[in-house]
Amino acid sequence: MKFAVVRFPGSNCDEDALQGLRDAGHVAEYAWHENSDLSSFDAVWVPGGFSYGDYLRCGAIAARSPVMESVRAAAAAGAPVIGVCNGFQILCESGLLPGALVRNSATKFVCKDVWLRPEGVSEVWPVRAVGLIRIPIAHGEGRFVAHEEELRRLEGEGRVAFRYVDSHGERTPVSNPNGSVHDIAGIFNEGRNVLGMMPHPERATRPSLGSKDGLGLLRVLNQVQRT
Amino acid sequence: MGLTDEEYSLIVQGLGREPNLVELGMYAVMWSEHCSYKSSRNVLSYFGEYRKALEGEGLENAGVVDIGDGWGVVLKVESHNHPSAVEPYQGAATGVGGIIRDILSMGARPVALLNSLRFGPLQGALESERNRHLVEHVVEAIGGYGNCIGIPTVGGEVDFHPCYSGNPLVNAMCVGVVRLDSVATAAASGVGNPVLYLGSATGKDGIHGATFASDVLDEDSEQRRPNVQIGDPFAGKQLIEATLEALATGAVQSIQDMGAAGLTCSTTEMAAKGGVGMDVDLDKVPFRDQDTTAYEAMLSESQERMLAVAHRGREGEVLSLFRKWGACAEVVGEVTDTGRVRIFRHGRLEADLDPLPLAEDCPLAPRRAKEPEWFAASAAWRPPIGTGPSAEEALALLLMNPGVGSKRWVYEQYDRQVMAQTIAASGAAEAAVVAPRGTGLGLAISLDGNSRWVAADPYVGGTLAVAEAVRNVACTGARPLAATDGLNYGDPRDPEVYWAFERSVRGVADAAEALGTPVVSGNVSFYNETEEGAIRPTPMIGIVGVLQNPAEAVGSSWAAQDASLMLLGTWPEDEGQGLGASRYVEAILAKPGGRPCPTQWDAERRLVTALVEMAEARCLMASKDVSDGGLVVALAECAIGNMVGARIVLDCAPGAYCAESVLFGEFPGLVVVQTADPAQVSEIAHRAGVGAAAIGATETSGSRLEVVRDGETLLDSPVEPLRTAYEGTIPAFFLP
Repeated sequence: MKFAVVRFPGSNCDEDALQGLRDAGHVAEYAWHENSDLSSFDAVWVPGGFSYGDYLRCGAIAARSPVMESVRAAAAAGAPVIGVCNGFQILCESGLLPGALVRNSATKFVCKDVWLRPEGVSEVWPVRAVGLIRIPIAHGEGRFVAHEEELRRLEGEGRVAFRYVDSHGERTPVSNPNGSVHDIAGIFNEGRNVLGMMPHPERATRPSLGSKDGLGLLRVLNQVQRT
Repeated sequence: MGLTDEEYSLIVQGLGREPNLVELGMYAVMWSEHCSYKSSRNVLSYFGEYRKALEGEGLENAGVVDIGDGWGVVLKVESHNHPSAVEPYQGAATGVGGIIRDILSMGARPVALLNSLRFGPLQGALESERNRHLVEHVVEAIGGYGNCIGIPTVGGEVDFHPCYSGNPLVNAMCVGVVRLDSVATAAASGVGNPVLYLGSATGKDGIHGATFASDVLDEDSEQRRPNVQIGDPFAGKQLIEATLEALATGAVQSIQDMGAAGLTCSTTEMAAKGGVGMDVDLDKVPFRDQDTTAYEAMLSESQERMLAVAHRGREGEVLSLFRKWGACAEVVGEVTDTGRVRIFRHGRLEADLDPLPLAEDCPLAPRRAKEPEWFAASAAWRPPIGTGPSAEEALALLLMNPGVGSKRWVYEQYDRQVMAQTIAASGAAEAAVVAPRGTGLGLAISLDGNSRWVAADPYVGGTLAVAEAVRNVACTGARPLAATDGLNYGDPRDPEVYWAFERSVRGVADAAEALGTPVVSGNVSFYNETEEGAIRPTPMIGIVGVLQNPAEAVGSSWAAQDASLMLLGTWPEDEGQGLGASRYVEAILAKPGGRPCPTQWDAERRLVTALVEMAEARCLMASKDVSDGGLVVALAECAIGNMVGARIVLDCAPGAYCAESVLFGEFPGLVVVQTADPAQVSEIAHRAGVGAAAIGATETSGSRLEVVRDGETLLDSPVEPLRTAYEGTIPAFFLP
């Protein structure tokens, strides 16, 4: 699959995403934030970092950049779109995903490994195929919140892609690293082709990096293409 | 402005006239201690590389170390102590930003950050609330800058002592990689070449930051907040990408970051290094306030700025690259053959100086050294034996000591994995390990400094700081290659402070030479004192080593397997029984005294060889050296990581050493390894001439740490409460 990795000033997981996707067997190229044409790509990765410094609300400025028009168009056309960390924040700010990401409940930036249980059902992102995975988080504003009605829909429609759990796959009071509502770590849009998640699969692509569970996640797209 | 009368008359003599205000300001910052090293140059010449550089091509921003395959590594540590004392967030953040730009201006991509922090006590003392405030904001700032700029903060250390109340130490280290054929220079050349201003606009912040850093902190220091710069990591990130892209075009002739003394330092140093003149028209400089005067412009320490010289006709390539990344980029002047730096503002010539005396001729300030009276007496110190609590209690207390206890609360606020090439970060191994993409190699990096040892015996303490950092790097399996040093001291005009400075630097230099890790860069920070007195002499040593196979880096926690434990090295003979200047006598017995156990050069060298060979033979599952807190603290840390119990038999310990000495003595040159192949470890150790004693085994069925000597149980404790003690201390001070 041919991925566009969007590059905003302040993105800092762009190269990691590019490498991770290539390691997973995809073609990946950068797309500069001032570009508006992503028509030559099959899929879009909105990477982590601090787009435009995140000096306004996280992701708020990036959501209004020219390239996001094309990301919206790609999403509307059913292309796989993923936003990781700051990318997730940008997708929420763009209205491509519901809810918002606010300051962690413990107020501090937190970088550590977490366990994720894939739950949501999606043909584009068959995340359940990867099972329980361990990958890192690194964010100060990753607490997912949404209105009650929105939450009901996310839960009712099986659009919670990942939940924070412990190493046995159980939800416990300490398995949630940031206070996200319902332990939500990632969600799908209504079309289930847009995935947003706070943890970083692109940082977990080799055992020597601590885990290769992220590579498995990046590879689920290959399975889709083959079928 | 901090100039002495003698210095002023030298300036007048050199100029043949009185300097104007702008020129005087430029001299004041360039001749400040911070920029000129006037009190330390004599002593820094102990470093072979420094001496060679002074005699040869001059000092560049940071040394480049050849690691093979056409790759070089650049490393440097720098202090930002004074700014952090009065404005902890911006002070620490700009310290990180500044060291990153030092590495960047060599043309290297920064790949790792570390930091070494010292604060006053978190509890008990009058100032502990202020100390907690400093810790909280310094840590937040290091994360805030590093996390945003996208360079992993992979290691470092934090310690506490009353001498740092009011004068915390914030030393940041950065490591970068560069193709050896692409190292950038700071020597301007090519008459007619355009001078480029790149990066953020110049504001009125940080004016006279360098002179502020060259004075003692007092109650008026709070008024000096405007001397502290403001960091912008987003602009820093743009600057990295734009600079590396611009250097790759070949359009840049030379480049230097604007750090301390901003435009003054960059223009005069680049001109002086290149033996050329430079005209700069300040009207072309992007200002935040248009009414900025020449004086303010030349002394501003606004962050995230670089000065470059482009090859004539190719400046457009550089300008457009920087503008693409959203940074300011303007042609502000040109290289001339006048041999003078000339600064214009509103069409007026505001400064007209020969850059050479400004950049390189600051007169030395000879300082007097005097050995303190207590020093000779401390050699006769003998440890108070049998006066402490039970071994179990002492171990728990040591693990609860904030200096020893887990720094997880600190490092979990740092992004340790951005760039996706971190193999081991804080807490995972004795040194951090990163594997920069494209190099195929791993870099092991350690930053260490035990000021308790240095205060007790500056020379030995200096050697130990190097030996420990070298050992830590070797524990991962990496071959140690080079050193950088952050030297932090009190007022150099105090003869006892200067004595400690001179002796400890001699120790660092001797150890660096003996262990084959030349000091290639560094930083000196004096005047670290308040009205309460000077800090302990605190040299911090950064070591970088290379791992041929980074995926095989050895960690420090015991794997959850039944495996053998061995102690490498030889117990040194020491009349203080390893307890002199130890954490045990200071924190547990509250009877500090004595001197640390001296470094054994040959043994250390052989140990490094053995560790590297063992790692390459893949026979190590974990390795950890005996250091702060002694052997049993090292064992406990190994056990806590994966909650693995062990039964340890220390019959190898010299019979003359008491139980406290065996458990808590800080003997340099001892390393605990876990191995599934003790025969091979023994064989390699034997060949290298290193002692290797079997000391027991890890037991997955057990959950206790038991230490026995000659049939007598010295210590027996479940691992769980040790973990609670180790992990619980620091977070308890910072409950939300």
